[in-house]
Amino acid sequence: MSTPSRSNIPPAVSPASTAVETIPVALPPHGHALPPFPVNARRMLGNTQLRRNLGKATTTIRAKRAAVVSELPDWEELREAGRAIKEHTLAHLDEYLLQLERSVQRAGGQVHWARDAAEANEIVTGLVKGTGATRVVKVKSLTTDEIELNGALQAAGIEAVETDLAELIIQLAQEKSSHILVPAIHKNRAEIRELFERTIAQGQQLSDVPSELTAVARAHLRRTFLSSTVAISGANFAVAESGSIGVVESEGNGRMCLTLPQTLITVMGIEKVIPRFDDLAVFLQLLPRSSTGERMNPYTSIWTGVTPGDGPQAFHLVLLDNGRTHVLADATGRQALQCIRCSACLNICPVYERTGGHAYASVYPGPIGAILTPQLLGVEQASTLPFASSLCGACYEVCPVKINIPEVLLHLRGQVVRAKQHHTGVRGTLAQATPEAASMRTAAAILESPSRYEQAQRLAQIGQWPLARGKVIPSLPLGILSGWTAMRDLPALPSQTFRQWWRSRPEQRQEAPRD
Amino acid sequence: MTDHQDAARDEILRRIRVALHAEQAGITEQHAGATFPAQSFRRSDQQPASVHIANFIERVSEYRATVQEVNQSGLPHALAAACQHLRLHRVVVPSDLPSAWLMDLPAINVEVIADGGLLTTAELDACDGVITGCALGIAQTGTIVLDSGLAQGRRALSLVPDVHFCVINEGQIVSLVPEAVAALAPIAQEARRPITFISGPSATSDIELNRVEGVHGPRNLVVFVVRPDEQDVITEYFYDE
Amino acid sequence: MRISLFITCFNDTLFPSVGRATVAVLERLGHTVDFPMAQTCCGQMHYNTGYQDEALPLIRHFVDVFESAEVIVTPSASCAGMVREIYPRAAREAGDDDLLRRIQTLSPRVFEFSELLVHRLGVEDVGAYFPHRLTYHPTCHSLRALKVGDAPLRLLRAVRGAELVDLEAASECCGFGGTFAIKNADVSLAMLSDKLRHVQDTRAEACVAVDTSCLMHIGGALSRTRSGMRTLHLAEVLASTARDMAR
Repeated sequence: MSTPSRSNIPPAVSPASTAVETIPVALPPHGHALPPFPVNARRMLGNTQLRRNLGKATTTIRAKRAAVVSELPDWEELREAGRAIKEHTLAHLDEYLLQLERSVQRAGGQVHWARDAAEANEIVTGLVKGTGATRVVKVKSLTTDEIELNGALQAAGIEAVETDLAELIIQLAQEKSSHILVPAIHKNRAEIRELFERTIAQGQQLSDVPSELTAVARAHLRRTFLSSTVAISGANFAVAESGSIGVVESEGNGRMCLTLPQTLITVMGIEKVIPRFDDLAVFLQLLPRSSTGERMNPYTSIWTGVTPGDGPQAFHLVLLDNGRTHVLADATGRQALQCIRCSACLNICPVYERTGGHAYASVYPGPIGAILTPQLLGVEQASTLPFASSLCGACYEVCPVKINIPEVLLHLRGQVVRAKQHHTGVRGTLAQATPEAASMRTAAAILESPSRYEQAQRLAQIGQWPLARGKVIPSLPLGILSGWTAMRDLPALPSQTFRQWWRSRPEQRQEAPRD
Repeated sequence: MTDHQDAARDEILRRIRVALHAEQAGITEQHAGATFPAQSFRRSDQQPASVHIANFIERVSEYRATVQEVNQSGLPHALAAACQHLRLHRVVVPSDLPSAWLMDLPAINVEVIADGGLLTTAELDACDGVITGCALGIAQTGTIVLDSGLAQGRRALSLVPDVHFCVINEGQIVSLVPEAVAALAPIAQEARRPITFISGPSATSDIELNRVEGVHGPRNLVVFVVRPDEQDVITEYFYDE
Repeated sequence: MRISLFITCFNDTLFPSVGRATVAVLERLGHTVDFPMAQTCCGQMHYNTGYQDEALPLIRHFVDVFESAEVIVTPSASCAGMVREIYPRAAREAGDDDLLRRIQTLSPRVFEFSELLVHRLGVEDVGAYFPHRLTYHPTCHSLRALKVGDAPLRLLRAVRGAELVDLEAASECCGFGGTFAIKNADVSLAMLSDKLRHVQDTRAEACVAVDTSCLMHIGGALSRTRSGMRTLHLAEVLASTARDMAR
């Protein structure tokens, strides 16, 4: 089997292919479709604190990223290597997962497979119960957020303590994360002080100096670290060749959780596997520079199974599907699985910068979320996300593994439209179509024909007459286009189109012979 | 593996194969390996060792770790001076740490505890500091790597105490990340020991994006770069920053 | 040489002055411009809104009209981007190998205006005179899809009398994004607000760009807020001479 290139693989998701339709999607959170992005976005745009904090954060990280990336003369080669390794791995995903399983087992770990969130939660809960522990410490893991593990543990009487500072803040405040990397970015220091005084520092009077707040968190968590017996983590990378798992972090809570307890359970999406240990040379350069804008993050832990006398003596790796195979089945869309969760796309996205993560109503927000979430859940569950973009392309420029996010956005937009048309009776009559589809089809019929096109131009020139005020149309009547004139003037149609002008030119040109 | 687990594994593999239109059920590793993409990023650079060493020192310092250059013969004194400066009373060391390094410590009343792997977490927590060697250093990123090998001990040693003194010989410094990874591959692949990359003390930027050093893990990292005795080293023994 | 003009449905109807300016510059440089009258629309609006099956006839029509042209120029980076980047993809998705082949021969001959001048014709000084203070907004399509680089700036720097002021956060999207401005009007306006502020901070008379879609978005707000600033397409600046100044 030669390394498949995207253009050789026929579209996987087509009505005729029943085998592919047996690959299920993941269940959406709370069991129903995501609320529409424009509605959420509008609300978030009015949150002045979020706007300020997020704007400052993303501007700062962008500058740091640009600086450390410019230091590397082989950055583009590294991006291409990252892309190629990921693409290759996905094309042979079953082989590498089986190799990973063998390697982890050889090294003394156990491997579990979870088809969906419910199964993963069942496995993890069962493993924790098997140790007798009623409390676990957690390293931040988007994957465990995705499957809502904490809720499942709680239902089984197990307390899950988040140990990342931001995750701790979110957990104490009972909120949801707004950014992959800095989840509490929507909170300011005064809010955090007040929160700590209410929870982990009751009876104390705290200042709102960040270093002092951090010290409060450190003291609180240290007691927990030194006495916990079970830890749950995610994984940034899992090396198939050796069975080594890698966790990239800044605070040291990862090291604490991965080293001190007796039992370690790691939940990992199946797309995180990489073929060889040597591949870490690429990803350990791409990830820190793309995410926190550092040459290297403070701590990276790489462990291989179980080491007698050093760290957990029981290690469990839970491999999670939960919709990833559905993404894999789409030849164009599967590149979303190359993501290494750096958040560079979030930090550069002008839409995300203004709306924050909550507007996307998903564990995965921003540009990557806009292409991953609809594919994990099925486009009909997240049909507004592919449109939550002006297609500026900045995300593609910074993605360390060269995911062509604009390409996938367009691809998914086509799927959304086709799905809607399928519901209204597959391209039936105009009367059956949605208003948008009706006007798009009418427009297409006009634009397809030169004579109809010119006729429409003439009609518009006449029709605008009541609306024009000199050179502008200040207000369009009610309808989907009226939003334009809420804040902008529209230019009035000039009295002569270009082609009318062209026709009126005196014939000066000689007819040159054509090839 | 239970039947339930077999079913889950088989189902996930089936979905993957359907997704990829794989025709055959049996897959060989050679197949994947044979089509592995070639890569053209830098694996080494041509600069002399002195440049690597200077870069390493500069970049480790940028992370707000303290870096001290010492001669081999000056190392025990440097370690003792550092203990005094940071007011350490009890340090833990891996049992295979060269005892010569520690010879100046008793004189200043620093208790040294050697860990043979049996100290409890509480006992480690009662130590003010830890002294280890390391596997290698990466100049490009200012990184120290521990691999639980010679003179490093188990991971908990360099994690629990609040001060970590890490001794690195200049010959252990490589320039680029790919060189480090290549050197570490057999440790993971064959020896299967855990590996930790350390680049400065821990940090968070979670509160309004203000970077705060020293969250969990040692808040104080001191790196001693050991040059051969013939080399002239100006060592200012542990000064206030 | 003989250059065929693809005016774009947008410019044809709303900004014919951009087309007139494009013709003026090319003729001034000694080239012959022809205008295939049967042209309509490249299909970008439909394709980008997800109506990709509906865009196909428009794509075919464009190929029919232009495939015999020697060189095609368009004063729209987004439309040039549509032809060069999207057309091959659309043909593959439709499974039409013949169309794909025709597109692959055609698209290398399609140029956005500034890249035609600088990269294809090797010209930076087109003899323009426009003594005004200007700022340049690099549109997303020209910057990232076509990668025209600094071609527009080189052309502007050669305009006699023009004073060029740098635009802060220039490479940030203005928020137009086609139907994005309708479907996500609030976010679009939030992005426009920031772009507007940066444009006004330059104290320039006009903001110049190579896409009238972005200019309409920015210009519409400049007009509504009575800012005393306006927008101009690059072609209009380049067409301006002492004898025939752009308004």
